[in-house]
Amino acid sequence: MKVRTATAMGLLPCEACGLVCRAPPPGAPALCCPRCEAPLHRRKPDSYRRSWAFLLASMLLYIPANALPIMQTSTLVYDENNTILGGVRVLWVGGSWDLAIIVFVASICVPLLKMVALTVLLLSARRHSKWRQVERARLYRLVEFVGQWSMLDVFVVALLVALVNFQSVAEVRAGPGLIAFGAVVVLTMLASMSFDPRLIWDEPERQDSP
Amino acid sequence: MRASSLVVCEHCDAVHERRRLAPRERALCVRCGAELYRAGGVDLYTMLALTLASLIVFVIANVYPIITLELQGVANRSTLWGAIHATWETGVGPVAVLAALTVFFFPLAQILMFGYVLFELLRGRAPRGFVDIMHALRLMRPWSMVEVFMLGTLVSVVKIAGLAQVTPEIGIFAFGVLTILLTTINSFDLRLLWDAHERVAADGAAAGLVA
Ligand SMILES: [Zn+2]
Ligand SMILES: [Zn+2]
Repeated sequence: MKVRTATAMGLLPCEACGLVCRAPPPGAPALCCPRCEAPLHRRKPDSYRRSWAFLLASMLLYIPANALPIMQTSTLVYDENNTILGGVRVLWVGGSWDLAIIVFVASICVPLLKMVALTVLLLSARRHSKWRQVERARLYRLVEFVGQWSMLDVFVVALLVALVNFQSVAEVRAGPGLIAFGAVVVLTMLASMSFDPRLIWDEPERQDSP
Repeated sequence: MRASSLVVCEHCDAVHERRRLAPRERALCVRCGAELYRAGGVDLYTMLALTLASLIVFVIANVYPIITLELQGVANRSTLWGAIHATWETGVGPVAVLAALTVFFFPLAQILMFGYVLFELLRGRAPRGFVDIMHALRLMRPWSMVEVFMLGTLVSVVKIAGLAQVTPEIGIFAFGVLTILLTTINSFDLRLLWDAHERVAADGAAAGLVA
């Protein structure tokens, strides 16, 4: 199947409002969208570099996010530091295996799979791989869709901190791991937003223009 | 300069001819399968009604407590702001800011901006700062997380149910309704607003010529 691309037809769609404009001749100064005034680019500017930067930062922070406690529980009987995985174990042992699975998927699997998926997308697009392009495009849309759901644990801890506050009897405090975890979620979202899915389909010889 | 009958897929650059859709139909990209546009959906009046409804529910959800927790005669109840404040006090300021932005400020800003733009367009006037508002609406969309917060309240209820007496309050139901309303608002096709704005601007220009 032969597909006409906007680049081949000399068209330039506006990323902000969807208006299809005519691309300026090569070498001419960059245009702004006549409808919404956003600068028009053929591809998101600096997509690889920005996406890699956000992705590497999120990978680094993933370590303290899981190693440091995201909350501290203290009761009359015991003091406990809870990591993300520890929280999942508590839910599982307590019998709410369905929520244990939700939290496990949202907090541990989703960030990890997002990082792996973005790495695969960035590497394969850079090599102009023709391998499973439709599936890779679908993978990118999945990464974009699940992005915000990893914030789940952040909200759970915030609510527990506010509610479980019975002076010395029982108290929950947030731990430093929560900051790292929130940063991981934000950084992976920024990484997937910076990646331009059109790079999956680009032919190598069109690499010359920015 | 323009080729308005053409649609370019944002995900793979493939060019499509825009065609009429059956009700509820979605146009998918032939190359990568991404959604290009969908059939009409709701009109501007319904959009405005939903936006106003979500403003009311937003106020209710934030005024009333979400959950009450009772332990040995002591009752703790918390609103969204209570949770944000407690998170701030406990020493993780950045997280409190993140929660305040994603569950309070961005959704509120979305509702107010949508309401203002729709109200002005339906009165046949071009809203002030329309272009900036449209950019803000587009950029805020992925950072508005009321539905995630909603799931978070459910998880916390279960987590503390064994520890003490948990009572759901009005706030949690209001957040449930707000989740549905905001999901609908977030699925609005912003292009409908651009089109409406162009019509209004054209009418205004024509009126100016006549006068
Ligand atoms: Zn534009
Ligand atoms: Zn496509």
